[in-house]
Amino acid sequence: MLEYDIVVIGGGPAGLAAAIKAKDSGIESILVLEREVKLGGILNQCIHNGFGLHTFKEELTGPEYAQRFIDMVKERNISCKLNTMVLDITKDKVITAVNGDDGILVIKAKAIILAMGCRERPRGAINIPGSRSAGIYTAGTAQKFVNIDGYMPGREVVILGSGDIGLIMARRMTLEGAKVKAVVELMPYSSGLRRNIAQCLEDYNIPLKLSYTVIDIKGKERVEGVTIAQVDKNRKVIKGTEEYIPCDTLLLSVGLLPENELSRKASVELSKITGGPVVDDNLETNVDGIFACGNVLHVHDLVDFVTEESYHAGEEAALYVKGRIKEGKRVEIEVSNGVRYTVPKYVNPDNVDKLINIRFRVDITYKNVFVSVFFDQDLVMHIKKKVMAPGEMETVKLTKSLFESHKDVSKILITLEEE
Amino acid sequence: MQDIIIIGSGIIGASIARELSKYKLKILVLEKGEDVAEGTTKANSAIVHAGYDAKPGSLKGKLNAKGNSMFDKLSEELDFPLKRIGSLVLSFNEEGIEELELLKKQGEENKVPELSILNKNQVLAMEPNLNSNVTAALYAKTGAIVCPYEMTVAMAENAYLNGTAFAFNSEVLNIIKEGNGYSVVTKDKTYKTKLVINAAGLYADKLNNMISDNKFNIIGRKGQYCLFDREVGNTVGKVMFQLPTKMGKGILVTPTVDGNLLVGPNAQDVEDKDDLTTTQEGMDEILKKAELTIKQVPARYVITSFSGLRAHTDSDDFIIGEAKDAEGFINAAGIESPGLSSAPAIAEMVADIVKDKLKPEINNEFNPKRCGIPKFREMNNEERNQLIKKDKAYGKIVCRCETVTEGEILNAIRRPLGAKSLDGVKRRTRAGMGRCQSGFCSAKIVEILAKELNIPMTEITKFGGNSNLLTGKNKD
Repeated sequence: MLEYDIVVIGGGPAGLAAAIKAKDSGIESILVLEREVKLGGILNQCIHNGFGLHTFKEELTGPEYAQRFIDMVKERNISCKLNTMVLDITKDKVITAVNGDDGILVIKAKAIILAMGCRERPRGAINIPGSRSAGIYTAGTAQKFVNIDGYMPGREVVILGSGDIGLIMARRMTLEGAKVKAVVELMPYSSGLRRNIAQCLEDYNIPLKLSYTVIDIKGKERVEGVTIAQVDKNRKVIKGTEEYIPCDTLLLSVGLLPENELSRKASVELSKITGGPVVDDNLETNVDGIFACGNVLHVHDLVDFVTEESYHAGEEAALYVKGRIKEGKRVEIEVSNGVRYTVPKYVNPDNVDKLINIRFRVDITYKNVFVSVFFDQDLVMHIKKKVMAPGEMETVKLTKSLFESHKDVSKILITLEEE
Repeated sequence: MQDIIIIGSGIIGASIARELSKYKLKILVLEKGEDVAEGTTKANSAIVHAGYDAKPGSLKGKLNAKGNSMFDKLSEELDFPLKRIGSLVLSFNEEGIEELELLKKQGEENKVPELSILNKNQVLAMEPNLNSNVTAALYAKTGAIVCPYEMTVAMAENAYLNGTAFAFNSEVLNIIKEGNGYSVVTKDKTYKTKLVINAAGLYADKLNNMISDNKFNIIGRKGQYCLFDREVGNTVGKVMFQLPTKMGKGILVTPTVDGNLLVGPNAQDVEDKDDLTTTQEGMDEILKKAELTIKQVPARYVITSFSGLRAHTDSDDFIIGEAKDAEGFINAAGIESPGLSSAPAIAEMVADIVKDKLKPEINNEFNPKRCGIPKFREMNNEERNQLIKKDKAYGKIVCRCETVTEGEILNAIRRPLGAKSLDGVKRRTRAGMGRCQSGFCSAKIVEILAKELNIPMTEITKFGGNSNLLTGKNKD
């Protein structure tokens, strides 16, 4: 059995940042396990730019952003095993993995950082009826075909869902000569970033049809067209609004799901809302010494936030290995009135170093509301927001001084309030 | 000159081919699709019924229980999964209990072993997730689940290795009686043969009616299913049927051999025999009806839905035997449920007709054994290491949801009658059948297929024909 202080599951942006920070925090024995042939994760196929504005104050492509972290990992001589798939994790932190050269690997870790990322929701998860012909792909699969393999998955495209990957692929397919006929979104708002709607759809005159969905797919061998229809506010199809669009391809960008099969095997508690582990402000799960960061924890909009979060996880995992003991009580962060969840869900006030970032999302679009934070009955923050949308992750920063002035806090509430 | 041409390589054509390969006969299987199991076989309930359903005296009644009893040996010889988990027919009212008794009696007439009636408490003790409105159940210990396409692949491979020839993409356009035999016309070639066996599933009527005045009609009866994530695969431990009522036939809820949960089918006659579309109404219907069987239908765990077509006849029974006015033309038609369960017995019955006509010698070289593709996901670590030591490709996971290795995919492509398409790989290895529904692995499998078959990626299809996955290179 191999032994490491910290094993990082996943060599994408989250895993790399966590490994780098753990190393810089004084841990020598670190292993990164990556299932693909190279490090970098999904960034390798995200060849558009816009990455790194927060982290590096410049605009990089996905592979460029990834390369900076790959270089940092190499400079630090952090061990990585590529082409290696983790098959099992136990709550005692024994990892079983496999690759062609080593065969089955059994590894004992003092701490584990989960950084497996997320996957796209497939057609079945949203039950689109119709034919099951060729030409139906998730946007990410299409992105791999186009950006990695150099092949076009289709010529005339309808995209269901306006998540960021869908928007990016609308532009990408257009640039490669395909005709994107429409982006169809079930909700009355897009779940993508506003800048992507402007740069990927509006700049190319691609119509975004809000409150529409695909209700049928035609074509026996290859997709020949889809029928779209408008939905009411309960997301039920409005009869008479059906519209047939001939196309050979349907791309789906209907949401991302954190990939937590392994976490489940290790008895890690998962949130029903985010699909990711429930963590405290150290990004530690309910299982002692198992940490989580990046899209496996909750789906992020920007890789910069993934990096920031993962640095934090790496640092905390290092402290854990060095024998840090959590002291004092644990306080739950509750949410209400439009705030869907927070990451982290628990805070140990005695452990707060300088400040902690509380990330959250809202359930629908809001205009001119206040984000209010209560420490028990005390309103400690009241921040005006012009617009809030489910597609944009929000952050509130809770400082150490807040906790110092509320030594006996037993409950924290984050909520939205009207003007 | 062929001794026998079998038209169709679904479970029936493949089972007949394998049975006949025990004899010294020159056999050719003609298949319209690019792979075996492309029609009715690929989408059905995957149940080996015990045999109490059919009317005593009918072919279904005679062949179901017999076929069921032949599965264990076949599963062992041919290395395909079979689980004898048993089945329950559930009654939800007091009157139903009497009907269960009648069903049991009918089963006994059909020679179904080990049938018993369970009371409410016994049923709920056995299956705690059932709806507590259940009043009683007929328990059939011999009910089983199987993977119909894996079984068909196994039958076909074994037939092939024992000398049976297969021609794919070979739709039969015409059959002409010539002397003591037949000419069978496909778009590329005309074959001469002594006997024709019609196992053409939904299109068996078309072939029969080309050659016989004893015409029959096959109706495509569509059934829709929902498949659930393995996460909820143990919702029930046995095959759960609903006792048919005035309100309809009811739907089944069952685990699959691969550990998923399957719910369906409804029934809808369709004009177009290639119509495999799903509808919202159909999905709503089966999920609603499943609520009768289980306390909670885990709707958010649906990973895919699909439709299959039953080859239904007006007579409501199998049509097996030589056409009266066309000597040497043998039908194995109208094979709807319990067709899969009866398949081994149907194959024997058809082989008996052939033996009677051609009096073939026994094939002493017949090897009943077929070795399937190694299943990494089902192995222990020691077995995995041995396999990887022999071939590194078994250490590389391609489909992460179902834990399928590159070695298994290469094996599926390289083996006799190997996979040629994405669905061919999927049905042989389960790659792409998991919760991400091939989002991550399809691009890799397309690449492997192109390399192995030595064709451009743009020629790789989902399931043959014009189902190409890619339309060209970038900027083409």
